[in-house]
Amino acid sequence: MANKGWDEFDAGAILFSFNDKVDNIATTLAEDRPYSPSNSFTASVGDWRIEKPIFNKDYCIDCQFCWIYCPDVSIIARDKKMIGIDFDHCKGCGICVEVCPTNPKSLLMFDEHKDDDECLAGWPEKDEKEK
Amino acid sequence: MSEIKKIKNLKEFSTSADRFEGANLLCPGCAHSIIVREVLNATNDDLVLAASTGCLEVCTAVYPYTSWDASWIHIGFENSSTAVAGAEAMYNALKRKGRLPQPDRTPKFVAFAGDGASYDIGFQWISGCFERGHDMMYVVLDNEVYANTGGQRSSSTPVGSSTTTAPAGRVSYGEKKEKKDMMSIMAAHHAPYVAQVAPNKWKDMVKKIQRGFNTVGPVFINAVSPCTTEWKFDPADTMMLTDLSTDSLVFPLYEIIDNKELNITYRPKNVVPVIDYLGAQGRFKHLFKPENKHILDGWQKRVDDNWDYLQRREEARV
Repeated sequence: MANKGWDEFDAGAILFSFNDKVDNIATTLAEDRPYSPSNSFTASVGDWRIEKPIFNKDYCIDCQFCWIYCPDVSIIARDKKMIGIDFDHCKGCGICVEVCPTNPKSLLMFDEHKDDDECLAGWPEKDEKEK
Repeated sequence: MSEIKKIKNLKEFSTSADRFEGANLLCPGCAHSIIVREVLNATNDDLVLAASTGCLEVCTAVYPYTSWDASWIHIGFENSSTAVAGAEAMYNALKRKGRLPQPDRTPKFVAFAGDGASYDIGFQWISGCFERGHDMMYVVLDNEVYANTGGQRSSSTPVGSSTTTAPAGRVSYGEKKEKKDMMSIMAAHHAPYVAQVAPNKWKDMVKKIQRGFNTVGPVFINAVSPCTTEWKFDPADTMMLTDLSTDSLVFPLYEIIDNKELNITYRPKNVVPVIDYLGAQGRFKHLFKPENKHILDGWQKRVDDNWDYLQRREEARV
């Protein structure tokens, strides 16, 4: 797909989202979908990021605020649990960190090139409320 | 009428399989995709979608990629409403003739458009669709500016906003005209359901969308969509801006049923002053100069008057 220019494409062509017929798309999760190469799911915008969100599951309460407010469908939630971040599609906007309600936050932004384990090791302690 | 998807809480909602894909080219922190996801996830039915030219259309259908896992039509700047209305009319004709391959499926027809495509360019087309009474939903992603083409003013742009065609400077405080009251205009078409929503109040939004899907006839939804690029704020603050817009009553959340019954669906516990909302955005920063004080006062008065009007109308049931 990537090697084909716009002028080599047949007139009236249709870009299909899937290779196969999907019977009920609304109940088929991403891992079971036969994505075609023309679905933007197969593309990546990961190189837009300057900072990346890191997920610390020790503090997560599975409230799913990050899932609903993620503009890029990058928060992976399965069986009502938050299980991780899709770094192919995350643009690093930081909304998930802003809406995270836990103390300390279970999602924080770090420099894109920082090692994940290093980020998790330096996680901040719980903030005591000022009286 | 098909079954309404049960969404009791956010955990249950999060089991939805998204039909809008990532790696679209919308700006980081754009509220458009948050609104689109909340609309698409509110139903399990098949969808026929259309989008007017605008940020959403150019960013989700960049050759050779599509970000939509549903039938999606784009024709022109003005006619997402008529595209969907045509599809709906064809669906009804085929149904009547008994030529649908899967007659038990009940597709929903949704048109997405920006405020420029709805308030200005596509206004006549929407009006026509609502007059003819197609069974469809029209969702406006209201970011109050032509964001896709570089921030020109639209008739949704509020007073005092600095845009590229109404810039603020030595002689001007930016846009001088008031925002068009699209909600009242659409309600005056005697549309069965007209509602204003905000993505931060997801439960209110999903409830309204589901009600819209189960209403026979044209449904108009106006969704506030903060634009990080043209409103000039940090991408991470999108939800904070949406919170401010609903809590300061700049975007009151309400619904109008049959142009008779107005219900306010969200009353903020603590109403935030409008200057908090204006101060969070770069497009209004010139209003905080001493010579523009009267604009700020006008803003607060207009928002208060509008809230009073809505409350009176809700009480009077007209």
